[in-house]
Order: sequence, then structure tokens, then C-alpha cells
Amino acid sequence: MNLAWIKKITITASLIAASGLPGTIAEAAVIKLLNVSYDPTRELYQSENAAFAQYWQKKTGQTVQIDQSHGGSGKQARAVIDGLEADVVTLALAYDIDAISDSKLLPANWQQRLPNNSTPYTSTIVFVVRKGNPKHITTWDDIVKPGVSVITPNPKTSGGARWNYLAAWGYKQKQTGSAVQAKNFVKALYKNVPVLDTGARGSTLTFAQRGLGDVLLAWENEAHLILKEFGSDKFEIVSPAISILAEPPVAVVDKNVTKHGTRKLAEAYLNFLYTPQAQDIIAQNSYRPRNPAALKKYAANFPKIKLFTLNEVFGNWRTAQKTHFNDGGVFDQIYLP
Amino acid sequence: MQKPQTPESAPIVKKRISDPLPVQIVLIGVTLLFFTGFIFLPLGLVFAQAFSKGWEYYLESIREPYALEAVKLTLTTVAIVVPLNAFFGVTAAWAITKFNFKGKATLKTLLDLPFAVSPVIAGLIFVLLVGSRTPFGSWLGEQGIKIIFSTPGIVIATLFVTFPFVARELIPLMEAQGRDEEEAALTLGARGWQIFGKITLPNIRWGLLYGMILCSARSIGEFGAVSVVSGHIRGQTNTIPLHVEILYSEYNFAASFAVASILVFLALLTVGVKVTLEKQFQKNSFHHQELP
Amino acid sequence: MTLFQKKRRNILPGFGLSMGYTVFYLSAIVIVPLSMIFFNTIPMGWEPFIHAVTAPRVLASYRLSFSTALFAALFDAIVGLLTAWVLVRYRFPGKQFLDALVDLPFALPTAVAGICFATLYSPVGWLGETLAKWNIEIINSPTGIVVALIFIGFPFVVRTIQPVLEEVEQEIEEAAQCLGATRWQTFRKILLPHLFPALLTGSTLAFARGIGEYGSVIFIAGNLPMKTEIAPLMIMSKLDQFDYAGASAVALVLLLISFSMLLLLNAVQEWQQKEYR
Repeated sequence: MNLAWIKKITITASLIAASGLPGTIAEAAVIKLLNVSYDPTRELYQSENAAFAQYWQKKTGQTVQIDQSHGGSGKQARAVIDGLEADVVTLALAYDIDAISDSKLLPANWQQRLPNNSTPYTSTIVFVVRKGNPKHITTWDDIVKPGVSVITPNPKTSGGARWNYLAAWGYKQKQTGSAVQAKNFVKALYKNVPVLDTGARGSTLTFAQRGLGDVLLAWENEAHLILKEFGSDKFEIVSPAISILAEPPVAVVDKNVTKHGTRKLAEAYLNFLYTPQAQDIIAQNSYRPRNPAALKKYAANFPKIKLFTLNEVFGNWRTAQKTHFNDGGVFDQIYLP
Repeated sequence: MQKPQTPESAPIVKKRISDPLPVQIVLIGVTLLFFTGFIFLPLGLVFAQAFSKGWEYYLESIREPYALEAVKLTLTTVAIVVPLNAFFGVTAAWAITKFNFKGKATLKTLLDLPFAVSPVIAGLIFVLLVGSRTPFGSWLGEQGIKIIFSTPGIVIATLFVTFPFVARELIPLMEAQGRDEEEAALTLGARGWQIFGKITLPNIRWGLLYGMILCSARSIGEFGAVSVVSGHIRGQTNTIPLHVEILYSEYNFAASFAVASILVFLALLTVGVKVTLEKQFQKNSFHHQELP
Repeated sequence: MTLFQKKRRNILPGFGLSMGYTVFYLSAIVIVPLSMIFFNTIPMGWEPFIHAVTAPRVLASYRLSFSTALFAALFDAIVGLLTAWVLVRYRFPGKQFLDALVDLPFALPTAVAGICFATLYSPVGWLGETLAKWNIEIINSPTGIVVALIFIGFPFVVRTIQPVLEEVEQEIEEAAQCLGATRWQTFRKILLPHLFPALLTGSTLAFARGIGEYGSVIFIAGNLPMKTEIAPLMIMSKLDQFDYAGASAVALVLLLISFSMLLLLNAVQEWQQKEYR
């Protein structure tokens, strides 16, 4: 009798265990591919994966299942370095894939292996403001004015935030030709920032759902998504005249595809992103397609912005990261008293 | 601990001196005020959001295959973690309370340590230990053994986070009970396991049960540490809390809170189990637990 | 290896077995993994280590984490004591329900808690709207962090006091009353000293947990460098620069502080128990 109660617990526990034994959704005949990506691409890859699965089935008769993992770009890169066996990575910035190549999972020249610097789609940084644009924000100079509250995530923990920062810096540096002025501009900008969320989606929620801030700095594709999810009657997009060409790159992780025997599939998957069909999906998800035909077809969605590349202003990602975002870098300095 | 307080033990309760009624009302009022701000409102928000698109949407969100996979993974984790930590808790409490030895205080402090470790660190240490950057981790990888970014990693991180719960409940209890009963049984010729099964276990059952409940509550809800070692692969390495986060970042608030409400139900369920067991036990037993 | 040796002969069996298993399991799950933090900082060298853990931003984050965790723990001590008292001593409808809900902060994922508070206290939220009228700002300020930490630490205090309060012998209180002590005097002079060790344990655990809390706080803190950036976020941002050693260094400092705090707590308790006898 003394042990009756413990038996009960054991039985309950084993019942739970039995019902919860790990099982997989997929059957054995399915080939799997893991795409490790950053936050804002969820919707894009949902459509792309479905299209690719169909395409591959038709071409080879094989059924593929593409698993997705999303999170902050830097965190995702770290997970791959630490052993998350991604077949392909599709991240927010080249620096994160550089870090993966530093730990010998893919060669250092990875960015030359696919067309257009391995970026099948691009984006840029735009402003999202509340309906009617009550603070009359049209240019980069408007957002540093006193009394304008700006929402952008933390460049230390978010890839998108780094693009925001670099866009602002690049704008001023190109305008004045002076790095000192650019630094002062960025400093003034972050004075207007009341909260630095850890990721781009966090900032969107702060702005759209919690009603903070007058202007949100966002990826162009996220801006369109905000209008779709939270209502175009509440927000509107303001495209500045000049902004940065954000290039989120993709790459096959050699060591993992060799291990899984999925190299051919992984390469086909990334190459598929450059096909007209995939470029159409890219444009529909408000990323700027590389394919001129697709860009022309959806030109109405992509207002003319003068775009400068990161390399033009900052050299390359490694330098930009080291100068601006690493500990003791410019971003840290502007917050020191 | 956790002496059952029931109407059956009413004679004791009646004798209790109590505070004057106005004091009682004020104190209960203040407590309720705190609960309103810190417990009821967040809880209300969870349910308000969960049902914001109606019942059907709610049911749909929690029956969606990815959500079910997440529930399965969480329950599997709990089913492995709780028995392991409960067994350890009993063993550790036996060693610490029934014997005297040097270094007891240090040992007790070490047992508490996981409570004080940031969830961020708790996840990080397992990445540092078995991540593929380390020699050990890359060796494991060559053998085809996956630990982090798959179920074992999630289980281990949860083991760490919930490590102290059972031991912490049992040690003060068993310290208070002393070892006279066991020693008496020993002199009467009982053997080790008999003593444990017939004397110690019945004495500590409420503490043990309670520790297990806290342990399972925390295993169900752990977010930080698990998030670091999970890899976030949909349908494979997402526990319920991680699935909630994913849905939320997809701006799918209603579904996100619907899945979060499963966690609330699971938490209430564990406490419900405790209450039922207490009642049932009192029905068919005498006041064994009232022994000093 | 004299550390875990039996001091004096004890007739009960099972010391070797239980102690062996305890040490083994403790090492496998806690000690060995935690030691990785230490081993990852060694290659850094002393100077970079000091530099990493004493940078102005890091120092500001320690200060913030400690002060908010302290405030939250103090608040929890008061409210936790009150809740435990009400739950143990009084009888009222819905008591069991309240009792069950005390554990909610354990079961609700910290991220959900963070989102809930951020939503509640946002300028358009249920509570934030009212507070905004009085110009009280909760989110994106240290106050918001304290709010989240109060929630996280609450069950620790209640659940450590509750069992002790249940065991208190009413005879002592009655005797005190017979001797002419007022209710308040009885509470302060007799009950409080008796409850103090549990209260101390509970609030120390809440405090220690508060220092390390991440999931709920980042949603509500604002994360501004030097102002509202908590220590665990420093670890995260170092990791995002792929600076494993720097992250481990900050983690090591937090770990050492938490450990010495717990050690101190256990010492105080030991000493108190001796006083009691």
C-alpha cells in the first residue's frame, strides 16, 4: 500500500513516455534538406520550398522535404558552426557566412560560387511611418531631428539592424564625403532611439503592436509585410531617395552536404532561386529580384531608390563589422558618455 | 513539508488562533491585488489573445501538426527529465541527511547552483562541451551521434535547469525528520531497501511529489537554455515554448497564444494531479504522515 | 579525497552508493558542463579577461542586473511572505486555485511572460494606457525589468516559506498570547525569526535567478547600452560577434558571483541553525 502512489506516478510517467516517443512526420523515401535562415525570410521560403519540391519531383521523381530553421542571423550562423547540420544557409549578411567559412565548413571563396555575389535577391532599408506621416518624414535627415522617435533593433544582435546603421552612415558619408559627419549623424540618430530590440521582428512588434516610435527602419520586404499584417490603413512606407543595397547571401555548406550526400540537391535548390519562377516568388514577397524581367514586371512595387553597395562605402563586411560593430567599435563609442 | 490541510484535520485547524477579520480581509485583498497585476492579467491576456479569432481557430492552431510535434517533444522531455532528477533528488537527500561528512555545505551549495545560473549560460555550456567546435563534439559528430540541436541536447539542458528541484524539497524535510525511525527499523532487523521503502519513502512522499511537480512545470516551460541548444527546426526540435516564439515572430498572435495556453493547462494539470493524489491518499490511509 | 568522507560511523546503510551516485550525477550534469566556461576563458589570458569583464558597458550591465534583481527580490520577499501567510492561515473560496497559480511563473515560458508584460504595459496596453496618463513609464525602463523579475522570482519565495509556516507550532503563538503579547508582537518576535531562514533562502534564490534572467527581460527592458542593457544580454551580444571567450568571461563573472552568494547563504543558514539549538 505504501508504494501504491509511487506506482501510480510511474505508470502515468511511462504512459506519457510511450505516447510521446519521438516519431517523424516524414517517411523514409523522402530526401531531406535543412535550410538555416534568418528571421524575415519565413514567408519567402515557405513559397520557394513548395515550388522547388514540385520542380524537383517533376525533374527527378524524388520527393524532397525542406526543413526550415529561422532566427537571428548571427545566432543561426553560430548554431551551424556549433554543429547544426544545415545543408544550405541563407543569412542576412555575408559576414555571418564568412564566420562559418572560418571554421572550415565551406571554402573562403564561397561568394564567388553563385551569380550576383551569391545573392539571388536583394532588399534595401526604408522607413515605415504611421498613417498620414504626422511627422513629415521623407528623408534620412528628417529622422535625426529632435523629437522624432526612431525604432531600430540592436546592431550587436541583429543583422537587419546592421544594414539600417550602415544605410544611415553611408547616406551621410556619400552626401558629405566625411566620416566624421557620418559618425555625428549616426550618433544623432541613435539619440532618437528609445528601445533596441534584439531582432528585427522584435522592433516591428514594438512599433506596430505596442505603438512606440514615429518611424521604423526596416527591410523593404518587412515593410510590405507590416502593411499586410497590421493594416495599410495604419501604416505607410516612405522610401528615401538614397539607401543601401542589402545583399542577403546564400551558400551550400560543403562539409554537411558531403556528410549527408545531398550536394546535388542543395546546389540545385540554390540555383533554383535564380530561375524566373523563383524570381517571381521573390518579387511577390517584396524582395528585389535579380532577374531584370521579374524586376520590370513588379516595378510598381519597387520605387526607384538610388542604391549604393556596402563595398562602395565600407570596403567589405569584415572591415565594416570590425570598425563599427565589434566591442569597442564605433557603435559602442557613440553610446559612451 | 506540504502537510495536507483538509477539513478532516479540522480539530487542529479550529484551535488555530487567527487574525481578526478586518486584518484577514485586508491581507487577502492585498494578495489578490498582487495576483491581479502579476498573474491574472498576463494569464487573461494569454487567453484573450488565444481566443481572439474564435474557438475554431483556437482548436485548429493547437491541432496543427507542427504544434502537435512540439507538444510531443515537450512531453518526451518531461518524461525523461522528471524521473531522472527525482531519482537523483532522493539519492542526494539520503546521502546528505542521513550521514555526516565533510564538505556537506559545499555539496548543498553545488546542488543549488543551477538555480542561479542564467539560462543563457546553461545553454552555452552544453554548446561549449559538445558543440562541433570542440574535439569531443567533433568526435561525436564523426560517430554520427547528435546531441545538441536534437532531442538529447534539449533533454540535457532541461536536466540541468531543473536539477535542484527535487533535492531542494527533500533535504530540509528529511533533515527535520531525522534518522531515528530508520535506525530503529535497522535494530529491529530490517534491511536497507526495506527501510527505505517502508519508512523513508512514505515519510517523504509529499515532498517528493511536490518536487516532481515543480520539476515538470519548469521542464515544460524552459525557454532560454533550450532555445540555445535546439536549432529551431520546425517539427523536429521545437518544444512548445519555442513553437510559441516562432508563431509570434510570424505575427500569428492568436495561434501563438493558443499554443501558449496549452502550457498553462499543463501547469494547472500537474497541480491538479497533486491535489487528487492528496485527497485519494487521505481517503484510504491513516495519519502515517503525522509521525514526527 | 577526504572531502566527502564520513565523519563518524553511522549504522544506516547506503552511504557509499548514494554518495557515489550523487557525486557522479552532479559532475555529469552540472560541474563538468559548467567548467567549460572556465576552460574557455583560459586561452584569453589575464589582461584581455580583465578588459572584457570591466568594459564600461559591461560594468553598467552588472549594475543594472544587480540593482533590478535586488529590488525584485525585496518586493518578492514581502509579497511572497504575505501570500504564503494568506494561503496557509486563512480559508477562503478559491484558495486552492490561487495556490495552484503560484507556480505559473515556472511553467509559463519566460518569453511569453516577457511578451505579456510588454503588451500589458505598452502605451496602448491594458495597464500602460492608464499609467501613461500619469506619465509613468514601465516598459523600456529599469522599472520594466523589475516587474518582469518580480514575476520570475515570486514562486521561489512562496514555495520556500509555505512549508515552514505550515510546520510552525501554534502552541508557541498561543503561549505568547497568553503572556500578553499582541498579535503583531507575536509575529515580529516569534514568527518572523522562525521564518527568517526560509525567507532569506527564497529571496536569495529569486535574486540569483533575477541576475541571470534573459527571456522575459529583453522584451521589456529596451536594451539601451549603458542604460537598460542587462548582463546576460552582454553575453549574447558577445556571442553574436563569435567572441566565445569574451562571452565565457562575462559568464564566469556572473557564475562566480552567484556561487559565492549561495555559499554565503548556506553559511548563514548553518550558523542560524546552530543558534537555534
